[in-house]
Amino acid sequence: MEHLVIIGNGIAGITTARNVRKMSDMKITVISAETEYFFSRTALMYIFMGHMKFEHTKPYEDWFWKKNKINLVYGKVVNVNTDSNLVCLQDGQCITYDKLVVATGSVSNKFGWPGQDLPGVQGLYSYQDLELLEENVKYTNHAVIIGGGLIGIELAEMLHTRGIIVTFVIRENLYWDNILPQEDAALVSRHILEHGIGLKSATNLKEILAGNNGRVCAITTDKGEKIECQFVGLTPGVSPNISLIKKTKIETNRGVLVNEYFETNIPNVYAAGDCVEIKATEEGERNRFEQLWYTGKMHGEVLAKTICGKRTKYERGIWFNSAKFLDLEYQTYGFVSNVKREGENNFYWVHNSGKHSINMVFKTDTRELVGINVFGIRMRQAVFENWIREKRTIEYILENLGEANFDPEFFKKYEEEIIAKFNEENPGSGLKLKTKKFNIKKFITKISV
Amino acid sequence: MKQLQIHPAKVYTHNPSLDVIKKIGLSFVGIGVLGFLVSLTNITKSNPFLFFLLSFGLVTLGALIFFLPQIKESPSGVKNNNIFFNSFTSRQAGGWTLGIIITGFYVLLYWFPETLTNWVRLVDPLSYWLRNKAADRWFLYGSFYTLAVLVMGTRMLIKKRHNKYQILRTLSVMFFQLGFAFLIPALLLRLNQPEHYFTYFWPLKYDYLFPYTVDSLIKSGGLGYFMVFWGIIMSFIATPVLSYFFGKRWYCSWVCGCGGLAETAGDPFRQLSDKSLKAWKIERWMIYSVLVFIVVTTVLVWLNFIYHGSLLGSLSSGFSKTYGFLIGAVFSGVIGVGFYPIMGNRVWCRFGCPMAAILGILQKKKSKFRITTNGSQCISCGNCSTYCEMGIDVRSYAQRQENIVRASCVGCGICAEVCPRGVLKLENDSADIRFNRNIS
Repeated sequence: MEHLVIIGNGIAGITTARNVRKMSDMKITVISAETEYFFSRTALMYIFMGHMKFEHTKPYEDWFWKKNKINLVYGKVVNVNTDSNLVCLQDGQCITYDKLVVATGSVSNKFGWPGQDLPGVQGLYSYQDLELLEENVKYTNHAVIIGGGLIGIELAEMLHTRGIIVTFVIRENLYWDNILPQEDAALVSRHILEHGIGLKSATNLKEILAGNNGRVCAITTDKGEKIECQFVGLTPGVSPNISLIKKTKIETNRGVLVNEYFETNIPNVYAAGDCVEIKATEEGERNRFEQLWYTGKMHGEVLAKTICGKRTKYERGIWFNSAKFLDLEYQTYGFVSNVKREGENNFYWVHNSGKHSINMVFKTDTRELVGINVFGIRMRQAVFENWIREKRTIEYILENLGEANFDPEFFKKYEEEIIAKFNEENPGSGLKLKTKKFNIKKFITKISV
Repeated sequence: MKQLQIHPAKVYTHNPSLDVIKKIGLSFVGIGVLGFLVSLTNITKSNPFLFFLLSFGLVTLGALIFFLPQIKESPSGVKNNNIFFNSFTSRQAGGWTLGIIITGFYVLLYWFPETLTNWVRLVDPLSYWLRNKAADRWFLYGSFYTLAVLVMGTRMLIKKRHNKYQILRTLSVMFFQLGFAFLIPALLLRLNQPEHYFTYFWPLKYDYLFPYTVDSLIKSGGLGYFMVFWGIIMSFIATPVLSYFFGKRWYCSWVCGCGGLAETAGDPFRQLSDKSLKAWKIERWMIYSVLVFIVVTTVLVWLNFIYHGSLLGSLSSGFSKTYGFLIGAVFSGVIGVGFYPIMGNRVWCRFGCPMAAILGILQKKKSKFRITTNGSQCISCGNCSTYCEMGIDVRSYAQRQENIVRASCVGCGICAEVCPRGVLKLENDSADIRFNRNIS
């Protein structure tokens, strides 16, 4: 029987294992040094905030793995030998594979700042990071977070719930404005400040200082400021975790290099999830890193097919992502650039509470929708995917916006207000709300035509 | 580079005076609890109304003073912070203590009512004012129950002030409890009519369709006829029709008194329901067994009635007494509420309620209701499953991109609320395309 060995029990590794099991009865072993059972990394914050316990973050009950004959090994891989098809663990045990999947995830970035390895300084990625955080907050009244991404805001919220004063230090002018357009970044920044979290923008970390107890006691910035703190969260992004793979014959660059089939340079060795660097196929394109929960899941689904003999190319569908900034929900469909690109225009509406907004980017000539950012209103993914695929114009979409609404029943609807704003900005367009409600039968007929 | 120039309208910083207000509120609750303890003695005889204020009054006032500052503490949103660190809400010492106290109260109420005589006296003035007669233990129980729904409902309104579905739903259960399960029955008594609860139907209120109830209602005259008619219409016509359009929730989380208590007083314990597959299996066995039990019992008592007790005399009364004791008292009361802090707030609704069983079958087989999963946006975090009071593993469906159509779902909407990615939505749409296996 063929033996598939997967290093890493995160979403990419586990999705691969589960999907292979659906299609094949090959022997499957998943190895992890992080936790015995698969858990949802995205839920680490909720454990810390007391919303859930660790056991709640496990998407499958413990009996699931045995029942589905997915063999779990709790141990650290120290060596991979691709000549003899061996994966060796710290305890000396070696496992022979026929096919190998590397799904080792990411590590938090550190950019060589003085003091970055002091006690009280850490990132947030793994279960072990969470345990370390529990230890570190015992010493903390004031925390500083460096780097304004999605993990940074989560860490800020987590610490805030424990009554810790949080100062968020970001390089950008506004939170995440390297990804979000100005209006959106301003909206989130305002939301952060409203919660009583400090935001120091356009500021770079210079140095992390130690106190008499050997732990972090302050940071200094490029503005010449010194901020006293007992904790520093380093969240300037993540990089592929390739420390293990670097020592092998598997080709790496910044990540494990794979083609669009998640194949590495070694036959029968694959990689998926955060740790991969997908090689560009076209001239002028750059290698891709995809370090999201959603992409990890998609990688695993595609790779499982290839492993089971149905070689399948990875094609990203219409882009989507979502996040929650404190109380503010965010969804994005299609592509919204932080700075307006040539040939594109945008329509922006924000509710006067500053808690709901949409930002729609469309092509100036054809008026077809390129992407949308939406805050504080839930939208149906299937409807927007369909509109983008069908190259619907912004006018069409606005008139049918009710169809995409996914807010709970009885919630205030904003479609009329949104259209009124558009009509005001575009005299003569005279748009009227046509579809007010989603209807599944109509939708299915529409997409199957 | 220029510095940030963004000023929110309001900044929520830690406000120590709010903590002081909350502590004052808690102190009032504490003194009120002492008031209740003192009121167990004959001292209440001297001035029942005074002791009513010192017990019921202070606890209510204190609780409201404790809940209200939340509005000023932080912006509205999903705030489940520290729930699993709190001894009362995470099945630790506090939770067990509370469970024993509530369970103990039910045991006293059902089987040792004489121990509560002085508490009954506390609500005498209220009883005379409302019903023009002396209070009894059931009026005491009704007062406790209604007050719990109103006070904890207010807490719910504050906690969920960002969510209109939750606000309306909470107002609805508060309204039905206060109006239909407390004031109207009292008013009926005052008018010398049968005490009747228009929001409870067979088989939950099983004896409403028992022959002796029907008989005595009909004998009581015009309004009695209407009560029988109403009960039959609600049980056999309105239930399937409303369940078709709205799912089980029209009753379980909007109208029902048991549901009302669970959704208000029980809200702090919803995360304690067991989500395992094993619990689901037990649930299905138990709830349908109870349904069969009450159907058989009802048939037997009617047969016995028709044959004037000549045929099944002791058998049917045996069935009905056993059901009344085991299910009516022990399960729905003692375990159903007493075990809130141990097994979650819907123990009775999930494992025992025969009305929920019928509504569940209707919801599963023929209804427009479902919880829609929004594409592939689930991050498997588990908030939905954790906060499902019915112990449904919502995540297992959401992460497969399947809609949730489950007999037990009461449509409380909390899964959709706590989802950090906007993946879940309760809705009524075409009944024949519900499972979302057609579109990805």
